[in-house]
Amino acid sequence: MDLRFTPEEIAFRNEVRGFFRAALPPDIRRKMVDGRHLAKADIVRWQRILNEKGWAVPHWPREWGGTGWTPIQHYIFQEEMQQAPAPQPLAFGVNMVGPVIIAFGNDAQKERYLPRIRNIDDWWCQGFSEPGSGSDLASLKTSAKRVGDSYIVNGQKTWTTLAQHADMIFCLVRTDPTVKKQEGISFLLIDMKSPGVTVRPIVTMDGGAEVNEVFFDEVKVPAANFVGEENKGWDYAKYLLGNERTGIARVGVSKERIRRLKELAALEPAGGGARMIDDQRFREKIAAVEIELKALEMTQLRVVSAERHGRSKKPDPASSILKIKGSEIQQTISELLMEVVGPYALPDQPDLDGSNEPPIGPDYAGPLAPTYFNWRKISIYGGSNEIQRNIIAKAILGL
Amino acid sequence: MDFDLTEEQRLLQESVGKLIADEYDFEKRKGYSKEPAGYSAERWAHYAELGLLGLPFPERLGGSGGTPVETMILMEAFGRGLVLEPYLATVILCGGLLRLAGSRAQQQELIPAIAAGKLRLAFAYAERQSRYDLADVAATARSAGGGYMLDGQKGVVLHGDSADRLIVSARTAGSQPEAEGISLFLVDARADGVSVQGYPTVDGLRAAEIGFRDVKLGADALVGVKDRALPVISRVIDGATAAIAAEAVGTMTAMHELTVDYLKTRRQFGVPIGSFQALQHRAVDMLMSLEQARSMAYLATMMADSEDAAERRRMISAAKVQIGRSARFVGQQAIQLHGGIGMTMEYKVGHYFKRASMIDTLFGDADHHLAIVARAGGLTDPI
Repeated sequence: MDLRFTPEEIAFRNEVRGFFRAALPPDIRRKMVDGRHLAKADIVRWQRILNEKGWAVPHWPREWGGTGWTPIQHYIFQEEMQQAPAPQPLAFGVNMVGPVIIAFGNDAQKERYLPRIRNIDDWWCQGFSEPGSGSDLASLKTSAKRVGDSYIVNGQKTWTTLAQHADMIFCLVRTDPTVKKQEGISFLLIDMKSPGVTVRPIVTMDGGAEVNEVFFDEVKVPAANFVGEENKGWDYAKYLLGNERTGIARVGVSKERIRRLKELAALEPAGGGARMIDDQRFREKIAAVEIELKALEMTQLRVVSAERHGRSKKPDPASSILKIKGSEIQQTISELLMEVVGPYALPDQPDLDGSNEPPIGPDYAGPLAPTYFNWRKISIYGGSNEIQRNIIAKAILGL
Repeated sequence: MDFDLTEEQRLLQESVGKLIADEYDFEKRKGYSKEPAGYSAERWAHYAELGLLGLPFPERLGGSGGTPVETMILMEAFGRGLVLEPYLATVILCGGLLRLAGSRAQQQELIPAIAAGKLRLAFAYAERQSRYDLADVAATARSAGGGYMLDGQKGVVLHGDSADRLIVSARTAGSQPEAEGISLFLVDARADGVSVQGYPTVDGLRAAEIGFRDVKLGADALVGVKDRALPVISRVIDGATAAIAAEAVGTMTAMHELTVDYLKTRRQFGVPIGSFQALQHRAVDMLMSLEQARSMAYLATMMADSEDAAERRRMISAAKVQIGRSARFVGQQAIQLHGGIGMTMEYKVGHYFKRASMIDTLFGDADHHLAIVARAGGLTDPI
């Protein structure tokens, strides 16, 4: 047992850290630190810099542009990227549809889509949730009927993140309504420019418009866009959702946000000439979440270390807690980041990008309350924390 | 970076696991607790035979040169067994003080005797007013006749009533709570002027209030450097904190297993109560709390021997916060999910609960250690 990084791992970390310092455009970094919205162009620009370096899809097989790193190297890379803080490569492409195409797609699909995902030539979005199918995802109704060498798709997806930028959507669709709900689902790739596709934004309570409704009205999709076997889509979806075990805790994001919190606490007045960082009670609140985070980091490293041995296919009990704990910690930090500015959490100041208006209060205050509101999503998306608990109760505790 | 045990460590884990399963079931433990010392003399001798009492000591002193990882493995198993013997007091606390600060003569006389099971020790450091402040020492040791004269009162001395000898912290200079001026002394528990009032603790172990009145000590009773004992006391308490963190993980693991088992077997409304979602989610929350505690027990173990006092303190305090919070949560939920049967003296879950609860109060509770971490500036350093 040795919880220190080896000299090789430290050298790798320094290399990665040095790259992020040199290559991450300062304007993008600034937006990340301030918690402001990134434009599509920002995300594309950064992912292409990563791809140029060969680091856009490190976890893919080497033949499709992966790096062949060890699990610990992957962990270090991700943590450094989050702490830089740099945007993640677009997850819907590189973490979701990419690995599904690699595992279940045909050669033509691989040749066509994978290089474009890597270089974000296509912007992908995810068509899973529907108005009537949230936690009970398998009840989804969007239908795809085979007609000649095409499918005709009808239905509605919702909570579709960044669909407004998207070129492509990967969808779970019902291809057989007569069987058990999990057994009649297929995995279909749809061009967002197809006639009959309509995107309508959903404004969330923080004022942001990152999610959308996507409507399909008699949309004709070539049969070539079908992934794997018909009616096996549920298996592919489970593969997709189970694929990313370690990134899910977002330990690096939380570390970076805590550093930011401490910076702001050192600036913010606490009355009577003191600063928030001098307030023992506030410091203890920060320390409490740092301790939870340190425990989560150790838990995550246990999972990574076990993966290194390629041990058991069964989920490690430790891995089960990563999403729940990780989301709770991020939400607590977002709460403290709102608290730290006190009354200056109040002014409603939509993103100042391109505005000449001077900020009300400290220039860092504007996004803090909206981020707190927005980050409530973290315990809801990707299978709510209650669904996660159901899964753990069944799969790990045998209840 | 790896969390793997070595082959030898895995064997140790197996053998102590088997030892506890075979020799420390709940009924046997009841019997041990009724012996005069409050624990089993036979088990203590058996630990010596197995080499467990020499685990952390160098081979030249009759030990096996184990690291904190070996101690962690043993303590986790002891936590599962709710072991009563004075391992913490004798081997970890006093053995640690002697290993780190004892003179060559003291080490050669005492450590082989500890390892052989022939010598039991207790560490008398806390006083009524000191709470968890190790520097708040009022007991005094004045120079007298080429040696020292010891006076003062020590409280909640773990296994202080069955110890053959005590290691006592006392002021040789300065005043409470100055860091300088504290020294350690070896005192025969039966020396003139030593009064020992032993009692059972709520978790089934033993402790004592101990008074020292004009106790004459030779110059050779001093352990370590005069006036400069605080750093070694801190270091040994940090190591002991890591050890009880592992013990707590053992007790929490046992409570969680008992609870999940109960949820599967107890039937109400015609179904196992584990089919109810409210209870399933509680069991999952217990698991998460337990795994977070286990992770921090690993961290504490890795830091236990660190020479970097500030870093060691900060990380072990962080671990103790997590252990304290998890022990409370897992324990309280274990009782709640068992319902009435969990409340009874005859059922073992309550005994785990009591031990886990007391571990929070040992060497500083969660609030105490949270304040330490906060004062140290937290855990997330700038990069």
